[in-house]
Amino acid sequence: MAERPGRRSPQAGEGGLEAVKTNSRIEKLLGQGVFVVTSECGPPRGADAEVVRKKGELLRGAVDGVNVTDNQTSVVRMSSLSACVILKGMGLEPILQMVCRDRNRIALQSDLLGAAALGINNVLCLSGDHQKFGDHPQAKNVYDIDSIQLIQTVCRMRDEGKFLGGEEIKGKPALYVGAAENPFADPFEIRAARLGKKMKAGCEFIQTQCIYNLDRFRRWMEMVCERGLHEKCAVLAGVTPFKTAGMANYMKKNVPGMDVPDEMIARMKGVPKEQQAEEGVKICVETIQQLREIPGVRGIHIMAIEWEAKVPEIVKAAGLYPRPETE
Amino acid sequence: MIVGNRKEFGEILEKLGSRRRVLVLGCNECVTVCGVGGEREVGVLASELRLFWQKEGETFEVKEHTLERQCDYEYIDSIRPFAGDYDVILSMACGAGVQYVAEAYKPQLVIPAVNTTFLGVTLEQGVWSERCQGCGNCILDMTGGICPIARCAKSLLNGPCGGSSGGKCEIDKDTDCAWQLIIDRLTESGQMERYEEIQPVRDWRSGRDGGPRRRVREDLKL
Repeated sequence: MAERPGRRSPQAGEGGLEAVKTNSRIEKLLGQGVFVVTSECGPPRGADAEVVRKKGELLRGAVDGVNVTDNQTSVVRMSSLSACVILKGMGLEPILQMVCRDRNRIALQSDLLGAAALGINNVLCLSGDHQKFGDHPQAKNVYDIDSIQLIQTVCRMRDEGKFLGGEEIKGKPALYVGAAENPFADPFEIRAARLGKKMKAGCEFIQTQCIYNLDRFRRWMEMVCERGLHEKCAVLAGVTPFKTAGMANYMKKNVPGMDVPDEMIARMKGVPKEQQAEEGVKICVETIQQLREIPGVRGIHIMAIEWEAKVPEIVKAAGLYPRPETE
Repeated sequence: MIVGNRKEFGEILEKLGSRRRVLVLGCNECVTVCGVGGEREVGVLASELRLFWQKEGETFEVKEHTLERQCDYEYIDSIRPFAGDYDVILSMACGAGVQYVAEAYKPQLVIPAVNTTFLGVTLEQGVWSERCQGCGNCILDMTGGICPIARCAKSLLNGPCGGSSGGKCEIDKDTDCAWQLIIDRLTESGQMERYEEIQPVRDWRSGRDGGPRRRVREDLKL
C-alpha cells in the first residue's frame, strides 16, 4: 500500500521549494511536502456557465487544483480565464492555461494582470497546439513568444515588477508558474534539458503528458533527478484513463508525442466492451500507484478528458483521498 | 530564391473577365528557376489562353514577353513602347515584380498569374523547400544553420514542442521537425551547450512587424 496522502516528500524537508510567493494552494501544499493531485476542466463550446459549474462540482474535494484549458486542440471554447473565474467562485483552485498561439506579448501580459486581479493564483505556460488541428485551420497564428519565454515573462512581472518592455508594473501579479513537458516526445535525449530550460526560466511546477510507458518515464525522471531539476521544479505526473480500447488505439496512432505500449492496448482489448471503462480506470490507478514510487514525482495530474465524473473514483482508489485542507 | 506556384487556369480566366488583349509578362529570375514564370511558362500560359478563346470563337490578342527582371525599373521600362496596346498585363513574376510593373504602368490593369509562396532552396528537380522568412535579424549561427522561425511550424525559439515525433513535425509527416534538425546539428558539431541557453524574447521590429521595410545604401547611390 502506498503512503497516505499528506506525507512529506523526501525533497521538501531540505527546503526543496523556495519561500511561498503566492496565494496558490498548489504552491502551499508542495511546500508542505504533500503529494499533490490536480485535474483538468475543458471549458464548453458555448457561453453556458452551468457546464463549467457541473464539471467543477464533479471535481470538488477530489483534487487540489484544476487546470482550465486554453482553446485546446485549437478548437474555440469559452476563454480559460472566464472558466477559471467561475471555478474560483465555487471555491476551487483554478490553474489558468495560457498558450502562445493566439496572443502576442501585449495581450498575454494584459491577461496575466487580469487573472491576478480576479484572484487566479496559478498559470500554466504552453506553446499551444497548432491551429491546423482545430476548427479554424484558416487562422493566422501568433507565436510572438514561446512557452519558455512566457515563463520568463510571468516571473519578470511577478518578481521584478516589470513588463517585457521594461516599464514598471503597479501591482505585481502573484502567480505560481507552471509548464508542461512531454517526456515521450522526440528527441528523447534533450527532454530533461528542455525541462532544465523551463526551470531556469523560472518554472516552479510541471505537469507531464499522459504517461502509459512507465519505463520511458522512469528513464526521463532519472535524467531529471540527475540534473537536480526535481528539487526546484515539482514534477506532477500526468495520467489519462482510457474509456475504451478504441480510445487507446486512437491515442497511440493519432496523438502526436503519445507513447502507448502495445501491451496496454492488448489489455484493453482483452476485456469485453462493457467492462473496458472499468479496466481503463484500473490501469490508471495502477499507473498512479507506480508513479508515486518513482523518486522525484511530487504529484499527479489526472486528465480525464470529458470524463471528470471518474476523477474522484480514481483519486479514492489510488489512496489519495481525502485531499488536505489549506487555510 | 523566391518560389511560387502558378495559379489555376480557371482563376486566371476569371480575373481576366472580358479582357481579350493580354500581355503575358514573364521574368528571367527566380520564377524561371522554379519553373513557374519564365519564358517557357509564359509560352504555355499564352497557348492555353489562345486555345481556349479560339475554341470559344472569340477575338483576342495574346503577346508573350519575358523580362530579365521585373524587380528593376530599367527592364520594366523596356516594354513601354507596346505595354499600352493591351487591356491587361498578366504578370508571371513574384509579388514584388507584379507590384513594380503595376507601379510603372499606372493606371493599366496588372493581374498576377502566380502565387508567391516562400524564400527557399531546390531540394531536387521539381522540389523546393522554405528556408527563410526575411525576419531581418539572422540567428542561424545559434541554431546550427537551421532557421526555427522559417522551419518550425510555431517559430519556436526554444523548441522543440511536444509534437516532435520521429524527427517529424506534428502538422505533417513530410515536414521535418526543425528543432530535431537543430539538435542533430548541434550534437554533430559538439555544440550542444548552446541548446541550454534560453533564447530571449525577440524584437520583431526588424521583420514585417516593424512595418514595410526599406533599405538605403548611400555608398551605392548614383
